[in-house]
Amino acid sequence: MDTPATYFHWGFILISVPNLIVIGGMIVLFAIALVAPFPHAEEGDDGSK
Amino acid sequence: MAANSPEGATPRESRSWTLRLRRAIDQHLPMGHLLPDRQPYYVGSWVYVFGVITIAALAWVIVSGVVLSFMGPQWWHDSRLGRFVNSLHFWSVQLFFIFMVLHLWGQYFMAGWRHGRAATWMIGVVIFAVSILTAFTGYLTQQNFDAQFIAINAKDAMNSAGIGAFFNVLNFGQMYGLHVMLLPIGITFLVVAHIVMVRARGVVKPIDAEGARS
Repeated sequence: MDTPATYFHWGFILISVPNLIVIGGMIVLFAIALVAPFPHAEEGDDGSK
Repeated sequence: MAANSPEGATPRESRSWTLRLRRAIDQHLPMGHLLPDRQPYYVGSWVYVFGVITIAALAWVIVSGVVLSFMGPQWWHDSRLGRFVNSLHFWSVQLFFIFMVLHLWGQYFMAGWRHGRAATWMIGVVIFAVSILTAFTGYLTQQNFDAQFIAINAKDAMNSAGIGAFFNVLNFGQMYGLHVMLLPIGITFLVVAHIVMVRARGVVKPIDAEGARS
């Protein structure tokens, strides 16, 4: 834990690998939230399908 | 003393501020809006869950923070339970920020400020800013070498911004007071206002549902 993090360096982009993993995970989670089916999504009453 | 009871008076006539306030709450915040049991069909998406998870994470942050402030630094560094609660506080904050940003992305891409919701959006922005300040003061009050390292480096940024005299990151007492008292009260107040405003107007329609029946 006391060793410095490994850094990803590509052109002007410089970011630590742990931060890159967190941001990548957030983007993946956001994409899943958009496409994953939501349980009981068709049962709304206000303008329901 | 008026012949009519305050109950029968119109809001403009009434001199009772409690009556006027109660009527305003009844008019703008009916319980059906505050605690709805059904939602529009477009709320059936995981994107709408990010805000709720953010609130859940904040609840854990506050609960673990209260325990930490009650027990003190010796406990949170030296005992096994203290380290666990300290970690619970830290990781709840990580989840709070992760899901707050996911909530922000969702609201940004669906333009959540539409139809009179600009103030709700702007309060959300202020919550984000105050949360960063709260997390920063939290890093400064860990009572370890990491906190000292951050404080020594941050003081130059504060001085260059001209606020070093008012916001002294080397002053543990000031940072701790801000972290456990003023900033959490501010965040809690703003989050409650944010949620009440969301409930008062309901969830914004997705852009592709604009033309659909309401």
